[in-house]
Amino acid sequence: MASKDIYFIPEPSKWPIVASLALFSTFIGGAMTLNQSSNGKYVLILGAIGIIYMFAGWFSSVISESLAGNYNKQVDVSFRMGMGWFILSEVMFFAAFFGALFYARVLSVPWLSGEGHGVATHQFLWPAFKASWPMSVMPNSTNYTAYKDTIPAFGVPAVNTLLLLSSGVTVTLAHWALKKGQRTQLCAWLFATVALGALFVYFQAGEYHHAYTELNLKLSSGVYGSTFFMLTGFHGFHVTMGAVMLAVILFRSLKGHFTKNDHFAFEAVAWYWHFVDVVWLGLFIFVYWL
Amino acid sequence: MSTKAHADHDHHDHKPTGIKRWLFSTNHKDIGTMYLVFSLIMFFIGGSMAMIIRAELFQPGLQFVDPQFYNSMVTVHALVMIFGAIMPAGVGLANWMIPIMIGAPDMALPRMNNMSFWIMPFAFALLLGTFFMEGGAPAGGWTMYPPLVLQTGKAFPFLIFAVHFLGISSIMGAINIIATVFNMRAPGMTLMRLPLFVWTWVITAFLLIASMPVLAGAVTMLLTDKYFGTSFFNAAGGGDPVLFQHIFWFFGHPEVYILILPAFGIISQIIPTFARKPLFGYASMVYATASIAILSFFVWAHHMFTVGLPINGELFFMYATMLIAVPTGVKVFNWVATMWKGAMTFETPMLFALAFVILFTIGGFSGLMLGITPVDFQYHDTYFVVAHFHYVLLTGAVFALMASAYYWLPKWTGHMYDEKLAKIHFWLSAIFANVLFFPQHFLGLAGMPRRIPDYSVQFADFNMVSSLGGFAYGISQLLFVYIVIKCVLGGKKATGQVWEGARGLEWTLSSPPPYHSFTKSPKVTKALMDY
Repeated sequence: MASKDIYFIPEPSKWPIVASLALFSTFIGGAMTLNQSSNGKYVLILGAIGIIYMFAGWFSSVISESLAGNYNKQVDVSFRMGMGWFILSEVMFFAAFFGALFYARVLSVPWLSGEGHGVATHQFLWPAFKASWPMSVMPNSTNYTAYKDTIPAFGVPAVNTLLLLSSGVTVTLAHWALKKGQRTQLCAWLFATVALGALFVYFQAGEYHHAYTELNLKLSSGVYGSTFFMLTGFHGFHVTMGAVMLAVILFRSLKGHFTKNDHFAFEAVAWYWHFVDVVWLGLFIFVYWL
Repeated sequence: MSTKAHADHDHHDHKPTGIKRWLFSTNHKDIGTMYLVFSLIMFFIGGSMAMIIRAELFQPGLQFVDPQFYNSMVTVHALVMIFGAIMPAGVGLANWMIPIMIGAPDMALPRMNNMSFWIMPFAFALLLGTFFMEGGAPAGGWTMYPPLVLQTGKAFPFLIFAVHFLGISSIMGAINIIATVFNMRAPGMTLMRLPLFVWTWVITAFLLIASMPVLAGAVTMLLTDKYFGTSFFNAAGGGDPVLFQHIFWFFGHPEVYILILPAFGIISQIIPTFARKPLFGYASMVYATASIAILSFFVWAHHMFTVGLPINGELFFMYATMLIAVPTGVKVFNWVATMWKGAMTFETPMLFALAFVILFTIGGFSGLMLGITPVDFQYHDTYFVVAHFHYVLLTGAVFALMASAYYWLPKWTGHMYDEKLAKIHFWLSAIFANVLFFPQHFLGLAGMPRRIPDYSVQFADFNMVSSLGGFAYGISQLLFVYIVIKCVLGGKKATGQVWEGARGLEWTLSSPPPYHSFTKSPKVTKALMDY
């Protein structure tokens, strides 16, 4: 056992370089694919496999170090800070897309119809354009996809809001159970959380399908479609990742990991889950509802 | 990995050997060294591009390169210098110095630390590889404004992914620094006893975490606009190319403070050492740095005064920009006041620091001029802007980095560098940097546009002077490499203290410090900083 008053410095590790190589391969493969190179997808898949291998390997060494009792309170605080600030960086990533949404709604679309200082733009470019949101008619839709309708807030999105909010409750119940040492309840509530998350993703995928096939609402549907799909798409991706992380935590709980006082990984994933929850509330209000 | 093996790791001073020591490193000093060497290499790669630019501008007319390649040079020079030279140099210094300045055994998250470094060479492989692609390297300017940047050829997705990749590296590095400073300080190292270099880096790290993801978002929108039919930046679909500029500069302005704040920290370490007096106004330095950082999120549109913003917006951003001069003035005042009645000596680090104070202030003043909306209408996109940001970035950030290299080289290598050669390096740099950039003020005021490979004949003389200064500056940097190599290989043995007037934990260790700096936390008292 390591002495608890020594800050744990890990031995030299291959994982960072594996991670860099895997990301490198992913990015090259992605770029090649976008450049229509037929080999791109193989490089991309290789990179993706590398990333999965890296995560599995890196986290399993962290988990075994943790189980071996190498981490003291101070190491735990470092991890907490790391996760917290990582979530802030994610918040800022979403902020860029929310910023684009607000800018389009409040400024660029009204300007294009001649409001404020957009008088000349309107007259010279598209004098027939009238601002509206959702923007049903684009200034010039030659290269874009006109859509029939948008997805109303109080249908599936409202159900999804309920699903995610309840999953926030279930993950908290799981946490309470863990703190009381009730493993069965912990696993049950975690399972419920994963299930709610998966259900959310399933409904969201259904909505996308509906939008693409029936509403003709696509990524290329002007700035409405762009902001709609990029915001909900990145959020959906984060929910998927969060659900995978929760599933890992569930698996570890079943294996008997985590103690009443020592379960940082659980808390980190729970924070992450609350974060995607909060982002969804923003989406529900600003993308679907208002 | 076995857990038993490293259970008592910290008790012995073994280190891995060969290539594995570097590839798999979890040691803050080794990672710091890799960062510093990498940034020096990138400094010369970016520098050679600058040489090509100055060669082309030596005379009016097109002589050496075609305009497309010239534009690539301008674009990639900026990206390499910002993301490849100055930022990694700052992170390298942070890696090397922060743990030993605060009495920590290492960085808080050592493996992640290594990942943030090893991303860098791969990210630049992505970026520099574009020179060999159909359509050439990116040529739309480092600011990547649409719609121009969307005309980039096969290089486009590589450019975008390189930016994503570098962003991942910066964010991980920043998280590590914050966790290290807030969690790893030795007992007694209170926040208001932190060396200023540590303070400026912590604040820089916050800027990185808050701004890099925004850049990632912006370039992601560029990517989808080009390949997936979105219309964020296309008015035909309801978007706006100006939106990109807003998002970009929301990142971009904090970014310029990311480049300069660590430099402020370095100068605040060096001036007290060679003036043999404590830093004047320590607390006000901390608050000034924090104010600059906070304000940096509210001034972005001063980069876009001429794109047609509503007048209220222009006024707001003008006044907000002027406000930044206040905390910056506090800093400059404090540096000067630190020297007041000090027992000064002028070793090379101090010379670079003094040049920094003077030349950075010149760059700051031209920045103020550019920040005045009506005046900027004339200066925008001229060589005056080029002169301004090279004064703050070259004679500012790079001079501070040079100062830090001379200041800490004896600590890192255990040898004193060659003072005589270093002084020659300083004078060559200081003189030729001014020959290089000062005439560009005049060129800009007279209306010479930036990012154009040709110019009208009335600009010929000043351009020739500027180019000659550029070549001389470039060549004199080779001297720096020689001095560094000479110092690494040998030279007068350095003591632990190195500089008579230096204060702080890093000087209590031997030079070079042991592989694991503080295996037991040192006790920090106020006396440590006293003169």
